[in-house]
Amino acid sequence: MALRVTYRDAGSVTVVDLSGRITLGENSALLRKTIRDLLDDDRANILLNLADVDYIDSSGIGELVSAFTGVKKRGGALKLLQLTKKVHDLLQLTKLFTVFDVYSDEGTALRSFGEAATR
Amino acid sequence: MTLDTKHLEITLETQVESVNLAEEMCLRVAEAAGFGEDDCYRIGMSVREGVINAFHYGNEERPDKKIHLALDLTPEKMIIHVLDEGKGFNLNDVPDPLAEENLLSTSGRGIFLMRAFMDEFEVVPGRTGGAEIIMSKKLPAGGNSGVNGQSASKTPKKES
Repeated sequence: MALRVTYRDAGSVTVVDLSGRITLGENSALLRKTIRDLLDDDRANILLNLADVDYIDSSGIGELVSAFTGVKKRGGALKLLQLTKKVHDLLQLTKLFTVFDVYSDEGTALRSFGEAATR
Repeated sequence: MTLDTKHLEITLETQVESVNLAEEMCLRVAEAAGFGEDDCYRIGMSVREGVINAFHYGNEERPDKKIHLALDLTPEKMIIHVLDEGKGFNLNDVPDPLAEENLLSTSGRGIFLMRAFMDEFEVVPGRTGGAEIIMSKKLPAGGNSGVNGQSASKTPKKES
């Protein structure tokens, strides 16, 4: 199943809505390109909405980690929104739940970026 | 292999598409064998990770090398073999992805996931000189080791 990606602005936070699987190959590459394009556009506060992502393999996990560290290097923040059970369990298993900021509510997630980011 | 074992094997090209193909094939067998949704997910993920490992680390993405996938369905369990044509590796040399210093690594979680999702897991030297991953999952109670919907046949069946 191909990954679909759209994004929208919420103040200075970019919400990236993902749908499908984040797996080895084109899907992971699409996520990588999306993050790179956003950073090139100086949009470094990114909220990844994973509500419609029901499957991530180790390559997809690697891509999320790469996005997280890449955004951080640019002085921004990458956070996760609305994990499905499988993705939630996978992040817990790999201890990445302790690394990512994860939110179940978009408003709360947006506010967590801070006043400057959501103004 | 005993007479009650069903055997299926396929040789895959060293390409990304082989990962999905292997996952789909194993999922069909697992579903037919009676595994539930959660176990099918774990088996499918483990097969993906095994083939990704062979594709990327074992065969180093070289298209002249092959990936050999085999399934054995016994009355007790489903056994999956993934064999590459690389140089082999020692499990003890694989870094722990849960170690603090590796948490932000962008790779190295495949072996960990296979170990976590399957009941048995080992890596042995393969006949090709590469690594052979062997992993298994116990059939659920009332499972069906005869994947065609019948009980396990007394005649070994080999497909390729």
